[in-house]
Formats: sequence, C-alpha cells, structure tokens
Amino acid sequence: MEVTGTWYLVLAAMLFTIGAVGLLIRRNPLVMFMCVELMLNAVNLTFVTFARMLDDVGGQSVVFFVLVIAAVEVVVGLAIIVAIMRRRPGATADDIALLKG
Amino acid sequence: MLDLVWLIPALPLAGFLTLLVLGRRLGEPMAGWLATAAMGGSFLATVAVFLGLLDRPGDDRFFNQVLFEWVPAGNLSVDAGFLVDPLSITMALFITGVATLIHLYSVGYMHGDPNFSKFFLYLNLFAASMLVLVLGDNMLMTFLGWEGVGTCSYLLVSFWFTSEANASAGKKAFVTNRIGDWGFMVAMFLTFATIGSLSYADLISSSMSGEIAAVTATGIALLLLVGAAGKSAQLPLFVWLPDAMAGPTPVSALIHAATMVTAGVYLFVRVNPVVAAAYDWVPDVIAWVGVLTALVAATIAVAQNDIKKVLAYSTISQLGFMFFAIGSGAYVAAIFHVITHAFFKALLFLGSGSVIHGMHDEQDMRRMGGLRRFMPITGATFIVGWLAIAGVPPFSGFWSKDEILLYAWADSKAIWALGSIAALLTAFYMSRQVFMVFFGEPRWNEALPVAAAAPGGNPDAEVEPESEDVAPAEVDEHPEHHVEDPHESPWTMTLPLVVLAGAAIVAGGLNLPFTPDLHFLGHWLEPSLFGNEAHVDATTGTKVFVAGFSVVLALAGVALAALVYLQRRFDSAVIEQRAFAEGWWIDSTFARVVAGPGRQLFDLAAWFDRTIIDGAVNGVASGVRVGGTALRTLQTGYVRTYALAVGLGAVVVGAWFLTRASF
Repeated sequence: MEVTGTWYLVLAAMLFTIGAVGLLIRRNPLVMFMCVELMLNAVNLTFVTFARMLDDVGGQSVVFFVLVIAAVEVVVGLAIIVAIMRRRPGATADDIALLKG
Repeated sequence: MLDLVWLIPALPLAGFLTLLVLGRRLGEPMAGWLATAAMGGSFLATVAVFLGLLDRPGDDRFFNQVLFEWVPAGNLSVDAGFLVDPLSITMALFITGVATLIHLYSVGYMHGDPNFSKFFLYLNLFAASMLVLVLGDNMLMTFLGWEGVGTCSYLLVSFWFTSEANASAGKKAFVTNRIGDWGFMVAMFLTFATIGSLSYADLISSSMSGEIAAVTATGIALLLLVGAAGKSAQLPLFVWLPDAMAGPTPVSALIHAATMVTAGVYLFVRVNPVVAAAYDWVPDVIAWVGVLTALVAATIAVAQNDIKKVLAYSTISQLGFMFFAIGSGAYVAAIFHVITHAFFKALLFLGSGSVIHGMHDEQDMRRMGGLRRFMPITGATFIVGWLAIAGVPPFSGFWSKDEILLYAWADSKAIWALGSIAALLTAFYMSRQVFMVFFGEPRWNEALPVAAAAPGGNPDAEVEPESEDVAPAEVDEHPEHHVEDPHESPWTMTLPLVVLAGAAIVAGGLNLPFTPDLHFLGHWLEPSLFGNEAHVDATTGTKVFVAGFSVVLALAGVALAALVYLQRRFDSAVIEQRAFAEGWWIDSTFARVVAGPGRQLFDLAAWFDRTIIDGAVNGVASGVRVGGTALRTLQTGYVRTYALAVGLGAVVVGAWFLTRASF
C-alpha cells in the first residue's frame, strides 16, 4: 500500500481538528497552548505535503516562517501564563474572563 | 468733497467708541459735550458732502463709495459702501442737524443722572446706526443700521431700567420691531433670489428694466411694507410707540419722532421703482394702511392726558400721512413731510421735555395750565410747533401736509377725505394740548379728578406721574411735590427749542407750491425718483380749493378745541370717548390674544419641543442603550467563545471561497 500525499493531508486535518476541539473544550491554559501548537504544526504538515505534491519549494519555506512565529508566540504566551499563575495559582482560562461585557 | 461721506457715520461712531472706553472718566458734562461735538462734526461733514453734490449737474448726482467687500460668500457679494444721492443726503442733513440739537438739549435734560455718559454713548451709537441706514448702498447695510437703531431704541426706552414699566416698554418695542424685521429680511432674501444682488443700484435698474416680474416686485414691496410698518409704527404694529415714551424725552424726540420712525418712509422712497414695478393695487394698500393709521392714531390722541402720549399718537398719525403720501405717489411730499415733521415734532417733544423738567417730573396735562407765564421761551416755541403741526399757514406743516392732501385728492377722494378728517383731528388734539398746558389757570396744586385715584388708598399715589419718565424724586419731597412753581429750563435746553422753532417756521420754504421754480425739494430729489413721482394735473382752482379747505379744517380744529378747553362751552367728556382713551382697545386686544390663545399656542409648541423633538433625541439614545445591553452578553470573556467565533468565521470565509471562487 503506497503512502500518498492524501494520507498526510488527512493526518494534518485530524491533528488540526484535535487541536481546535481541544482549544474549545479544555480549560487548562497550558493544554490550550499545546492545542494551538498542534494546530500550527498540522498546518505546517499541510504546507510540506503540498510542496512535495506540487514540486514547489515555496510551501517548505513558509513552514520556517510559521515555526518562527510559533516560537515567538510561545514566548509571549508562556510569559503571560506565568504572570497569571503567579497572581492566581491554579487559575483556568475561564477564571480570567476580564473582557466579559 | 464727496469722499468725506464715510466721515458722516464715522464721527458719531468714534464718539461712541470714545465714550465706551472713557465715558465714566469723562463724566458730566464732558461726555455730553464730546457726543455733541461728534454729532456737530458729522453735520459739518454732511454739509460738505451736500455742497459737493450740489456742484455736480442734476443727472450726475450719484456717488458710490465702497469701503471694502463686507460679505464675500459665493454668489452673494455685499459691499460696505455708501450711496450719496439727493435722497440720502437730504435725510442725512436733517438727521445730523436735529441730532446735534437734541444732543445739546440732552446735556441740560440729563443733568444729574447717574448714567449721564451712558446716555450719550447710546445716543451716538444711535446716530451712527441711523446714518448707516440712510447712507448704505445696499439693503444689507440699511438692515445693519435698521437693527442698530432698533437696538439703541430698546436700550434708550428702557434707559431707566430699574422701573418695571420702562423695562417692559423697551422689550415691547424690540419684540414688535422683530415682526417688521422679519418682513425686511424675507424681502432681502427674495431680492437676492431674483436678481442675485442686494445693492440698490441693481435693484432699481432691474426693476426699471422689467427684469423683476410684477409678482416678485409685489412680494418685495409688501414684505418691505411689513418691515416699514414695524419700524414706522403703522397699523397694526404701532402699539410699541406710545409705550416707548417711557424713555427720556430727548430720546422720544430724536428716535421716536424725528429720525428712526421715518426709516420706513425713507425705505419706500429709496426703492420707489420696485413699487412702480409691482401690481397697481400695491400703492393703494400702502395708502390705505397710512390713512387708516393717521385717522385711528389721531382719534386716540384726542383723549390722552399724558403730555407725551398725545405727541406719541400724533407722531403715529403724521407717519400715516407720510405713508399715504407714498401710496399716492407723492414721494417728494412724503420726504418734505418727514423733514418738516422732524423739525416741529422734535420741537414739540423737546418742549414737552422742558415742561416736564420745569414741572418737576409731572406728565399729566390735567395738572398743568397757564404755563406760558412761567416758561416763556418753552411756551412760545411750543406754540410755533403747534401751529406748524396743525397746518396753519405759513408754518412749515401746512405746506407739506397740503401737498400730501393734494396728491391724495388726485389719487383717491376717499383717502383724501379720511386724511382731511385726520388733519382736522390733528389741529384739534394739538390745540387741546396747548390750551391744557400753556393756557388757562394753573392747576398743579389741585388734586386730580377721580380717574387718577389709584386703588389701594395711598394718598401719595395721586401725585405720582402716570409713567415714570424721570427717575422719581426723593420720597420725602412727595407731599409738597407741586407746590413749587414751574421754572424755565437752562439755555442748553432752550437754545435747541429756539433753533427748531425757527426751522419749523421756515422749512415750508423748501418746497413752495406757487410756481414750479419754487419746488426746490422736488427738483433736488428728482434724480432719486426715476420719474415715479405722480403728476397732478389739477387746475389752479382745485389746488386753491384743497389748500383752502385744509386751512379751514385747521382753523376749525383750533376753534373747536378753544370752545371746549378754553371757554368750557362743552363737556370735554363728550369728545374724550373711552374708545379713544383706550386706543380702540387694539393694544389690550393684542395683549389678550397673546396671553390667551397665543399662550396656549406657545405652550403647545413648548410641549411639542419637549416631547417630540427632545423625545426623538432621547429615543435614539435609549434605543442605543437597550441594544447595547442586549449585545454585551455576546462578550463572555471566555477565550473559547472567541476561538469558536474565529473558527466559525474561518469556516464561513472558506465556504464562501469554495462556492464563489472559480478554480
């Protein structure tokens, strides 16, 4: 059985869905963060797959941008989470609903 | 010398500004002398311009001085400019002349007033506004002066504003004038909409070339009639003028007799081509408004006991004469009467001021009598004014009034007849006034008849003047208020009286009817009238009949008054009907309508404003608030809700691309 590009795309879609659903239903900030990372990497996988399928290196170079942005985002996001956890240990994402109208 | 025209209004304006800054420091009497000097300078400047105009040939007597472009706004361009022509300079001459005399008189009259300098400040501002009104070369300049004189009238009527009556008289004058000003403003809008300009030159040339349709010209003329009726106290807007007598007497003489109230007459003479371009019935409307005003005001004057009220109604009546002169096409006669009236009515008002001054602030004629022995100069000059206004030849009033009646005869016999009755009444009520004040026995120590007994049982109330012209005397003086005999006034007050009396005698010489060569004023004004002056081709016999008839009327009026008020052959109550004394209830009807249905209407408007207009605004605000309260629940503050929204949004956008975009 040959592993075609479609398999990778389906895998990426599944990973993205797991990440999206996890983001929506989990309350632990760290887990939600990991879900975001999962979604980003699912997209990366899609890019790489299409780059190979279409024989275009552009898709692979975009992945580098996504990785850099994800790293930067993790730095900022973790800093925020650490700051929140210091003030309110054990807080969930729903506890910090400061923007509630 | 025509370039000096800007000086004419600038000098009193400079006087105003100086008094504004330095008035209190100058104090009495320097402030008064400064204001008088400014007016005198303005008079000299007018004479210089007049001589310059006289040097030019008859058909070249127009000079336009543009100071700057005042209102440059798109198509609307209005200059601050002055128009010098025979008409405007004639007006300016007698305005500055009479105003100078009245300024001089006021120095004596206002002696001891705590607001001495403020009075002259207002007087100078008034003179400047009045001169802008007559010299302006476009309607907006005239309107500027028009509003300026209205403001000064308000300020001066309520000059002694601590009395409630004076303050409300000022308000009444102002509010009534607003109705007239509305007419003037709409007339300006209509003019601009039609010819795209507000200058008199354009208005006159387009009226004569037929560029303004008859219906438009009719509209402009009628709207100007509304404006003129307000300012010149014609029916039905005359009610403010009698109340305006609450002001100091020099103000009544200057503003409410000689100058401001003739602005409406001036305006119509200025725009005479518009009246000519209007429908034929427009002059008839003007004439009927004038003659009815003349008649109604004359009947009211017959039954007034306040010395100034008689003169106030007399002024309204004389203004009516000027209006029906305009309606009859007698523009020259109208201006002639404006001038002679300015002299003799200013004289009469100043004379009455002198009487009031000499009588220690008494204004009720029933408490006067025999004054000519105590105040010889005032008495003699007042008698000159009386003969002039009554129409006894050869005094000035006879010539101007006779000319008006002659044109009315040629125009419409009905107007002539009513005008003649008004002339008879004029002679009667003026004789009544003179006989009550200057002849007979002194009455200032007698108590008034029942009519004046005030409710409340206060014995002092009887000697209170009817309207408080001058600041009330000290309270402790009241019991022997009138025991002192009247005294003659100082020279600053009698000199203007003598000069004005001289003018009232000889002013008829301006326009004598005997031969065409003696029509000095007629020839002089001809360039400003564009051939719109009516031509009377009556025979000499008719003219002599009309003149003779008006002399008979004048003498009959005097004789009748002598029978009633000197010889006491009849009871004066027969003549002084209640309807006359109450002014035909016109004023009280206005008051009742405004206070009754008018009040309800205003309340309705206020209710509409509160509930509908404000309600709409508040409704929008509360609608936004309710909507916001509903929408704020969408902002949960939960990250997952936002994430879901973002995700769904991405799905929607993706779906749109998939279905819409073509691959």
